[in-house]
Amino acid sequence: MESVHTFESEHEATSTGLPNTKLAMWLFLASDCLLFGALISTYVLYRGASLVGPYPSEVFDIPYTSVSSFVLLASSLTMVLALAAIQRGEMGRMRVWLLATALLGMTFVGGQVYEFTTFYREGLSLSTNLFGTTFYVLTGFHGTHVGVGVLMLLSLVAMSFTGRITPRDTMAVELVGLYWHFVDIVWIVIFTVVYLIPTGK
Amino acid sequence: MERADVREPASPTPPRARGRTVRHPSPKEYVRIAVVLAVVTAMEVGIYYAKISRALLIPLLLIFAAVKFVLVVLWYMHLRFDSRTYARFFMIGVAGAVTLYLVVLLTFRAFSG
Amino acid sequence: MATVSVPAEGARGGLLRRPTATTGFWSWITTVDHKRIGILYGITAFAFFLIGGIEALFIRLQLAQPDGKILSASTYNEFFTMHGVTMIFLVVMPLSAAFFNYFIPLQIGARDVAFPRLNAFTYWAFLAGGLFIYSGFFLGGAPNGGWFGYAPLSTVEPGNNMLFYALGLLMTGIASTASAMNLAVTIINMRAPGMTMFRMPVFMWMALVVQLLLAFALPIITVGLFQMLFDRRFGTHFFDPAAGGDPVLWQHMFWLFGHPEVYILILPAMGIVSEVLPVFARKPLFGYQFVVFSGIAIGFIGFGVWAHHMFAVGLGPVANTAFGISTLIIAVPTGVKIFNWMGTLWKGDIRFTTPMLFAVAFIGQFVVGGLSGVTHAVVPADYQQTDTYYIVAHFHYVLFGGAIFGLFSGVYYWWPKVFGRMLDERIGKLHFWLMVIGFNLTFGPMHILGLQGMPRRIQTYPATLGLGAWNMVATIGAFVIATSVLIFVLNAIASFRRPMDAGADPWDARTLEWSVSSPPPAYNFEEIPVVHSLDELWHRKYAETEGGVVVPVPAGGAGTDPAHDSGGAGPEGHGAGGHAIHLPGQSYFPFVAALGLPLIGYGVIFHLWMAVAGSVVLLVGVYGWAMEPASE
Repeated sequence: MESVHTFESEHEATSTGLPNTKLAMWLFLASDCLLFGALISTYVLYRGASLVGPYPSEVFDIPYTSVSSFVLLASSLTMVLALAAIQRGEMGRMRVWLLATALLGMTFVGGQVYEFTTFYREGLSLSTNLFGTTFYVLTGFHGTHVGVGVLMLLSLVAMSFTGRITPRDTMAVELVGLYWHFVDIVWIVIFTVVYLIPTGK
Repeated sequence: MERADVREPASPTPPRARGRTVRHPSPKEYVRIAVVLAVVTAMEVGIYYAKISRALLIPLLLIFAAVKFVLVVLWYMHLRFDSRTYARFFMIGVAGAVTLYLVVLLTFRAFSG
Repeated sequence: MATVSVPAEGARGGLLRRPTATTGFWSWITTVDHKRIGILYGITAFAFFLIGGIEALFIRLQLAQPDGKILSASTYNEFFTMHGVTMIFLVVMPLSAAFFNYFIPLQIGARDVAFPRLNAFTYWAFLAGGLFIYSGFFLGGAPNGGWFGYAPLSTVEPGNNMLFYALGLLMTGIASTASAMNLAVTIINMRAPGMTMFRMPVFMWMALVVQLLLAFALPIITVGLFQMLFDRRFGTHFFDPAAGGDPVLWQHMFWLFGHPEVYILILPAMGIVSEVLPVFARKPLFGYQFVVFSGIAIGFIGFGVWAHHMFAVGLGPVANTAFGISTLIIAVPTGVKIFNWMGTLWKGDIRFTTPMLFAVAFIGQFVVGGLSGVTHAVVPADYQQTDTYYIVAHFHYVLFGGAIFGLFSGVYYWWPKVFGRMLDERIGKLHFWLMVIGFNLTFGPMHILGLQGMPRRIQTYPATLGLGAWNMVATIGAFVIATSVLIFVLNAIASFRRPMDAGADPWDARTLEWSVSSPPPAYNFEEIPVVHSLDELWHRKYAETEGGVVVPVPAGGAGTDPAHDSGGAGPEGHGAGGHAIHLPGQSYFPFVAALGLPLIGYGVIFHLWMAVAGSVVLLVGVYGWAMEPASE
């Protein structure tokens, strides 16, 4: 069995024995569920309610978006491999996996940008109808979250080169990882609810 | 990709420090999870194109999404191995969001007709 | 004396070296000390209280008589909107934040909060948001769609007014969200050894519930505000009926946040009352566990009642019934608290100091507001009450008669701890009595006005309706309130002319903040205290004889002499004194990051390039924050 055991300790002892930063990150992610829940339920509320087209079935390219989904799922794998690397003290491997994650994230965002510009050319803008309104705002919020994640990943890589991230700093990678996986699970929901569940229109 | 031997923890244990020892899955396990995620995604797309009724398609799609969600949360986000406290916080967020917004959608009669 | 270490000037970091000024202007800009941040919150909140009060006076002048001509309709809309926005977001919340920031570490026996720089950021972001909203007055028009911003008026009415609303509240929302993470983790994770959750002061429990309410409610209004912003600025149709959208969606988004918000507003004051009553009745809080669990229950159920603000919207009998029932249910834990407070007073050795007077008035006035609230829960009755002055009476009784009075109780109670001087008791009592009389004179009659049919949110009313008499009474009451506030300001100014002679424990209180000097040293406690019970300080000072008589513990016995500085030497202390205490280092970057926010805001309204510039400033702030040398 090749599992690693690490000791999660803190500079100061805490009342629960858990690190402050990780506790804060989980609380933040819990609150972010409310944010995306609001956006997703707005989309669901207005599904099928657009008075004019284009409608989802006219613009969605499911094979294309499935590739995007695979890309983001793969990035969760590379993210967790980056964490495993730093937990083993393998800084070089960590950088490789972090960069891979960032690259996959940028590919995802790039794919979204291409998708949006295609939809736009097909006549779907923010103001065209309820579909455009709810779709772009939901996926835009998600895409922005991914973008922030990419910034954090690249920052970690840069900081590992300047010595600010050392093998002791597994927590930093873990925290960015938690954020990144959260962004991935939100997409899991969006892909199903927005793209795959049919509207009948 | 990975060595056969188990490495020492990266950070030495400071004296008198409090904390807990956590087990992490091996890279191989992570890859296995990733394969499952990919397969489920392929199945989702597969049944999307299959000629099955909405009444069957929608619950299936939701189940598949839930499976992927849970796998990522439990393994990649490590909740399966971590303190229950994190899971409790997160569950409040997820359960709260689902409940509140379900009620809102119900008041709009979003699911009838 | 403990040795305190702070990073040496210029020691590391070059451009990113940490600032070290401990006095003067820059020391306040770069502070990360929770006590200073608490003072900043308090002063700013009080300034907004005066402004919001002046807005109220104008409203009352306009409504004193029928066919009022003091304010035009459009100005009136700005004033009543801003009065609401100010009092809720820029007064009660930050005043509560002031107390939380100052006293959470002190009451749990910690040196600071979990994330000191994030703490500083929340203050600057709050200030930025508040100033941003008010800048609307000078840049085309202040928010004018009501504090609740109902669509489609808020999305269709021309002008930038509601853009200041949406963007400003997004900024203050960021501040409160960050604060929620910070303070929740602090309370859960940084308690002194021996302080289990059920040995925490009730004020700490209420603080924790409030942070969790903020964490889960703010994201909802964030989305709503973005939807409003996008409808106005980028042509989306979230609330646009012409495109198939539904303005009622805004109401859900708003009240899903808005209802937990009112519990966010009242729980801190309830926590303060739970601290003050035992001290001035010289009795422990009656039913501590019940009070704690009731607070948790209120927080939880508070998420299940929001549509009681929407009974007249047409959700249908099923929804209305369900929410009517849940609203009736939430009265129960509140009632439990009331009875426990009364139980605390019963047979107590009561001293009617000013903080005690405010706390007792809180109970009475909050009950009145709570009772009118219960009448709203009866849906058919609410059909008559809604959108009338009866509702205005209800929420002012709970928010002013309740929250503000509770907060003033906290001000008088904790003033000596923060500033080292007492507020004058006689002037304080004058303030109190004038405020009670003025408050009830202003808002009592509004119950009658509402039931007589006076609608809310109108800038005037015709003489034929017969509403003039009570309106005049209400206006007179408002000026009595204003006088009482003036008296408080004079009391505050006068207190600074006195020497810092309050001493550590002027009230003979029960909780840990009174075990350190007034004001506390920068590091709070010489030694982190070891806690053995609820009301730890009380049990260090007093023991009970076999006959149940409370007697002082001899000094040097089981505990410390509270008149002196330290938090415990001997067996109570945490190791020998003399090892260095590490304080978190100061930083420019929370301030810099917060500066980016209003730039982004102005950019969204006026010139998109400014939003880009603001984002750059924000990024610089965040990166500097991440990259600056750690405080060793």
